[in-house]
Amino acid sequence: MTWIVQNLWLVPVLPMLAAAICALMGYRHRIAAASLAIGSMAISFLLALCAFAHVLGSHAGNGVQTVNVPWFQVGGEWLKLGWMLDPLTSLMLLMVTFVGLLIFIYSVGYMAHDDNFTRFFCFLALFAGAMLGVVIANSLLLLFMCWEVVGLTSYLLIGFWYAKPEAAAAAKKAFVVTKIGDLGFLLGMVWLYEKTGTLLFYDGGAGCLEHSALAHLVAQATILGLATSTAIALLIFCGAAGKSGQVPLHVWLPDAMEGPTPVSALIHAATMVAAGVFLIARIYPLMSVTASGSPAPSVALEVVAWVGATTAVFGALIAVAQFDIKRILAYSTISQLGYMMMGLGVGGVAVGIFHLITHAFFKSLLFLGAGSVIHGCDGEQDIRRMGGLSKSMPITFAAYTAGMLALCGFPLFSGFWSKDDILHAAHSWSISQAPFYMGAFGALLTAFYMTRQLYYVFAGTSRLAELGRDSTHLSDPHGAAHHAPVHPHESPAVMTVPLVILAAFAVLLGFIGTPAWPWFQSFIDGQPASFSFAAFYGFGILPVMLSSALLVFLGLALGWALYGRRPIESAASSDPLAELQPQAFSLLGRAFVVDALYGATLVRLNTVCSRISDWLDRWVWNGAVQAVSYFVLALAWLDNFFDAAVVNSGFDEGCESVSRGGQALSLLQGGQVQSYMRIIGGALIVLVLFLLWGTKI
Amino acid sequence: MNPLQGYLLLSALLFSIGLAGALLRRNAILVLIGIELMLNAANLNFIAFWRYGPVPAALTGIMFTIFSIAVAAAEAAVGLAIILAAYRHSRTTDLDRMDSLKG
Repeated sequence: MTWIVQNLWLVPVLPMLAAAICALMGYRHRIAAASLAIGSMAISFLLALCAFAHVLGSHAGNGVQTVNVPWFQVGGEWLKLGWMLDPLTSLMLLMVTFVGLLIFIYSVGYMAHDDNFTRFFCFLALFAGAMLGVVIANSLLLLFMCWEVVGLTSYLLIGFWYAKPEAAAAAKKAFVVTKIGDLGFLLGMVWLYEKTGTLLFYDGGAGCLEHSALAHLVAQATILGLATSTAIALLIFCGAAGKSGQVPLHVWLPDAMEGPTPVSALIHAATMVAAGVFLIARIYPLMSVTASGSPAPSVALEVVAWVGATTAVFGALIAVAQFDIKRILAYSTISQLGYMMMGLGVGGVAVGIFHLITHAFFKSLLFLGAGSVIHGCDGEQDIRRMGGLSKSMPITFAAYTAGMLALCGFPLFSGFWSKDDILHAAHSWSISQAPFYMGAFGALLTAFYMTRQLYYVFAGTSRLAELGRDSTHLSDPHGAAHHAPVHPHESPAVMTVPLVILAAFAVLLGFIGTPAWPWFQSFIDGQPASFSFAAFYGFGILPVMLSSALLVFLGLALGWALYGRRPIESAASSDPLAELQPQAFSLLGRAFVVDALYGATLVRLNTVCSRISDWLDRWVWNGAVQAVSYFVLALAWLDNFFDAAVVNSGFDEGCESVSRGGQALSLLQGGQVQSYMRIIGGALIVLVLFLLWGTKI
Repeated sequence: MNPLQGYLLLSALLFSIGLAGALLRRNAILVLIGIELMLNAANLNFIAFWRYGPVPAALTGIMFTIFSIAVAAAEAAVGLAIILAAYRHSRTTDLDRMDSLKG
């Protein structure tokens, strides 16, 4: 066990320390706060590099290295926490610290005009620390604690501009919806502890993800004939679904775009929402365990795959009809998270995590690009009022296009390899072919809506000056009063340089996991990678690849046909798709009315329940409490009377007499010290005389 | 009459004068001077008893006296400070008029 494994805790603790110091600093120390956060992140990045190199070096066979420390004792049980280093952790560490570092640097430019710059960096650093804690945790409990801190920082950052009612409401919504999932997580965790007596993942054979515990779990059946392991896995999946915006808990993610754009990029695209996917990958042994001998995938994984596939199509469909640049990306994120879940469900850890890593890079690139666009357009977020930005913002345009192509899965870009991996796994899934077709349809839609967005934002002529910019509710209140006309301008270097770096990764990152050289997959599985072009001709790879590429081209062509062929003339003209299919478009535009549905059912139910509770409180419980209080009041009144009439007057009498005695005695006090001394002197003389007289006799 | 008796008589005289001053004078400063006289009478007693006592070789009497003088000096300083403070407070040093403790 080497230095880096022993000291891996430094990686999350450093950003947390930075956050603590930022929290204690005054809001004026902007440079200090930013440099603290960025510095701590840079050190964490270096440590993550060391950890990665260590994992690379100690390759082959079992890659899990753990350090467990006792936390406290309950009865005879020691509760232990710990951290671990394995290929999955090392890759996630690298991704989170690197993307985080770039986004921190970008934020310096984006938040430059904000009064609460210091607070922003405090929250951001706290988030990074908690997220890194999630990644290295070797205990479900520690993971859960960091998970909740991550949720808290998400709440704080979505509501960063808390003076805006939408932002405050979005923050509350995100918190409540993810808590619904977390409740399942908590129940699953408690159940797991009850069954196995430990929450450590790996503990030299005694951990809850190791063979003996799993065999114990899978042997027991609970309700509905599910194995206990399946039931626990599904409960924990609730938490993952809430955090990763899977249907039906996805409603918070689009609203979360009220936060500052770097937050959307870091938390609601690259890292936090991926935490759910990461959680499933982390507890994959628990998810995938089946009774020995049965060849079929476990029920839990089946559920994950179906939920993921549904989410992938669902998010992509809604993204087609959105007009807010960030909401499109948000729905796209939901859809891509669905892909990751599907990949985990049908293929395994490597498939899902590969897409997670590539997605983190190209989606944060897209969000930062969108932030740059919003910054350049002075807070405008409606794509109908943009247009023509390719001329005024060339760097952003180039980077954004790279991200968009990666997201679509354009051949050779990173998204192509990872998405293809998922589709191939879905194609060879033993249960059903439906997830494959859903995924393929989602890929087509992805290419379509991204083309639509690109044409709206960057092509044609600028429509910013139109409509008098009346709809301030859409605009981002970061600084700058609204004064027309607005001239779109390129963002400063502190914002464009991270974009360019991310763009390079978005283009190239896929080559670490191609079928010919599946380094990524073998790294996760702990096997040496081998290079062979022959792998392309393996079972069903080439047809899947070709068909997905064809779908992408089809999506791009459709997008061009609808939006690119004829430039969009004015911000008021209706969407070409809306003209073709007005009803479907409006249904999609309102996101399948899920929000309204929840409002009409769950929220209303909740309201009714709280009304009843309120009534009960007011009239039943409150009545009882009031009756008791009146009784007590009556008693107190009696007591008071007794006190005043009997006890008090007796005491008063006694006090009076003491006071009179004191007054009489005080007459002896002349107030003149000399007179006292004279008496003392006289007494002295009498004493001396008495003594003399005594000796005479 | 041996010398000791003479000294004792002298110190008794000094003490009486001091006591009379402390008891009868109205001026606070003169009262303080009376107290100093009484202290010095006691010092004289120390010296006398030492000099004509059983072991005049040991310097006990002188030791006591030096201590006593030092303490007297400190006490005089404190006393004067109190008188000054009292004067500032009541604009007088007449002890008859300082009777705010009168019952």
